[in-house]
Amino acid sequence: MPPVYEVFRRERAGAAMQHAGSIAAPDERFAEIYAREQYGRRGESEALWLVPREAVQELGEFVDEFDLKYRRVDGYSLKERLKEARALAGTSRREEPLKP
Amino acid sequence: MSDRVELLLTLADDELILGWRNSEWTGIAPFLEEDVAFSSIAQNEIGHARALYELAARELGTDADALAFDRPLAEYRSAPLVELRRLEWARTIARHWLYETADAIRLDALKGSDDTELAGIAAKIDREEVYHRLHAEMWIDRLLASEEGRPRLDEALEELWPYALGVLDEDLRPKLVTRVETKLGRPLPAVEAVPRGRHEAELADLLEEMTSVRRSAPAGARW
Repeated sequence: MPPVYEVFRRERAGAAMQHAGSIAAPDERFAEIYAREQYGRRGESEALWLVPREAVQELGEFVDEFDLKYRRVDGYSLKERLKEARALAGTSRREEPLKP
Repeated sequence: MSDRVELLLTLADDELILGWRNSEWTGIAPFLEEDVAFSSIAQNEIGHARALYELAARELGTDADALAFDRPLAEYRSAPLVELRRLEWARTIARHWLYETADAIRLDALKGSDDTELAGIAAKIDREEVYHRLHAEMWIDRLLASEEGRPRLDEALEELWPYALGVLDEDLRPKLVTRVETKLGRPLPAVEAVPRGRHEAELADLLEEMTSVRRSAPAGARW
């Protein structure tokens, strides 16, 4: 199998580079031509980045042993905490809902 | 017909017929990336043909489609090199490279023309041809660098070299010889050029196929 190159493209000046796809090419010259033709011929890109796949360092497994939900982008919900509090107080539901 | 129109039709016919021939690889090129690239190059050539036909059509009082599709075979001015049907990759690449090299020499001469419209369109076409040449040359380098590729390229060149010479007028041929020999690193045999003006038998089939949609529709149909 020929080497694989990852291609990133920028739609217009100032925009962020986004992953466009990947191409297989025997060397950089072929990769450049193929990237141009696949991701540039329709005027859909203002610039491309061409990166050999071996140059990409993949990271995975993001440890969160202590469930620090407040650091997450979607925030953390009160649901679980409320359930615990209700169980503790022996009530199923307060008259007035708690303000979150 | 003025010399200018003859020149425009010569260039346009070469680009149209080669574009058509190259597009015959769409879907069956050796691998996917090459399929996309070679098809895109074919589309570019046909785009160049269209622009050139439009200039000629203005002088002749007709339109680009009529020039591309409605002329009898004998009136096409394409070089026999572009007419050959060669469904074999090494020959296709050899033809592509020989044509692009010859075309660059022809465009260079046209860019210096006193006719500013001609010089302008030559410059515009050449800006796209740069990438066609990069594509052709990287393939030639690759073929030259491999034990399998070199003999296959040599065999293709032996067949196609007389045709390649025929793309250019006699005064420009020495430049083609120099460029091709420099790239190959070896001299080429002195051979008779296959001249423009006669056509390969395969051209009739190509025209039959290429014009079939046009002929099937009533005149004036719009697409």
